[in-house]
Amino acid sequence: MSRLELRHVCKAFGGLEVLADISLRVGAGEFVSILGPSGAGKSTLFRLLTGAQHGDGEMFFDGTPLDNHGRHFAFMPQRDALMPWRRILDNVTLGLEVQGFRRKAARARVAPLFAEFGLAGFERHFPAQLSGGMRQRAALLRTVVQERDMLLLDEPFGALDGLTRTAMQRWLEQMWRHHRWTALLITHDVREAVFLSDRIYVLSARPARIAREIKVPLPRPRGPGGDAARQASALEAEILDIILNPGLSPQPPEGYDHD
Amino acid sequence: MVPSSSSRSRQLAGLFAKAAPAVISVGLLLLAWELCARYSGIKPTILPAPSRIFAQAMLNREALVDNAIPTIRATLFGFACSLSAAFALSMLVDFFPPLRRALFPVFVISQTLPLVAIAPLVVLWFGFGLMPKVLLVALVTFFPMLVALVQGYEATEAEIGQVLRAMGAGRWRVFVLARLPSALPYFFAGLRISITYAVVGAIFAEYAGAAKGLGIYMLNAKNNFRPDLVLAAVGVSAALTLVLFGLAVLLQHLAMPWEQADRQGQGKGP
Repeated sequence: MSRLELRHVCKAFGGLEVLADISLRVGAGEFVSILGPSGAGKSTLFRLLTGAQHGDGEMFFDGTPLDNHGRHFAFMPQRDALMPWRRILDNVTLGLEVQGFRRKAARARVAPLFAEFGLAGFERHFPAQLSGGMRQRAALLRTVVQERDMLLLDEPFGALDGLTRTAMQRWLEQMWRHHRWTALLITHDVREAVFLSDRIYVLSARPARIAREIKVPLPRPRGPGGDAARQASALEAEILDIILNPGLSPQPPEGYDHD
Repeated sequence: MVPSSSSRSRQLAGLFAKAAPAVISVGLLLLAWELCARYSGIKPTILPAPSRIFAQAMLNREALVDNAIPTIRATLFGFACSLSAAFALSMLVDFFPPLRRALFPVFVISQTLPLVAIAPLVVLWFGFGLMPKVLLVALVTFFPMLVALVQGYEATEAEIGQVLRAMGAGRWRVFVLARLPSALPYFFAGLRISITYAVVGAIFAEYAGAAKGLGIYMLNAKNNFRPDLVLAAVGVSAALTLVLFGLAVLLQHLAMPWEQADRQGQGKGP
């Protein structure tokens, strides 16, 4: 039973076609990635989902047309978007506050999660006092405590340095195994997509369509090394091939060599 | 978190170290003035020495205080009015952006009015009471505050707004939770500038006509050939401005505790 389903979703800005034909589905407790080059319209897709913009085509959630967007999705942007004037504790409760929770109730609800997110002892700190990885964990905590049906993660580790990013990916994979969130991740990082996902939709260059749907059969937990790591790199190579050599044409297509 | 006494004394020492250059430069300036006034042979009725100004200020302190109070009242009252108006209008402009194009030219023109010409007119229209001073103070401080606030709202990080809207927040919630706090640094920058204009505006209004006030006191002292008393009043108004400026800075520290955190951003956690 799929929770989210998109059928032939299109979006154009003026004469510029950004999303040509997007059909995808995300099952309950499934981690799905949308992988594509920068500027392919990945973020536009999220804006359609959160209701910030409107496009053509059909979007369903649990079988009913998507209307009240906010009810289903918890959104995490690329930069953490923590409010510098709020302490971490108050940043994390933001979504609950918007939902109408009393401050005390909201704090009681998030307090037990700080340890699990590696933020224990930093409740009273301001975001500027935290490292990039910690800020991103705080942003994820702010996202998941909203207890929406589904997480929308827009390149959540894109602004981090390479080492921190890898550490965060491992941490997220571990967290996901415990919580089994239904999640849709946007990324342009092939390794990240393979490491985290159950399935991957590979987008074409703009106007974006689904170039390929790829199942990731790797067992979890997905630690480093071993047989699984070799399978993963084979899969990564295959996906890179799809992205960089679409169709059978030996030359790189328009749109990739001018970036 | 209570700072320990040693860290507090270190803070104090740091404060002195920061203040020292200003104290030295002002002190040297006064010293040069004093020497110049004493040994150049210029008459004290033309250029009084700082020591004489200070002595005269002490002799006339009752009159100075008596005249400073209406100036302070006009400054604070006028500033409160312009602040409320700037707040109300900045919100209107934020919620209805087309208003900006309609209103801003009017305000820009209001900033081009020469105070010398406007002050007597305002006194002519509204008399010698508090009203014309309040109006003039508001006139000079309103626009800087409005611009600071509107710019501050616009400085809100786009992704914060996006996150809030995805949480289901409406425009008003986004304004209160994100745009208003984002504007605070801009607001205080505007406040520090405007508060200095405010005192000058009040004195100008009094100069053009008042029963009491530092402005009219200066005018009378000048007419009585007492530059020392003019300068004593100038000293009082400068002190007043400095105190208000200091209050604005203090208020900023209290209202934006995260600023300190931003500055110490290096001491990050793991």
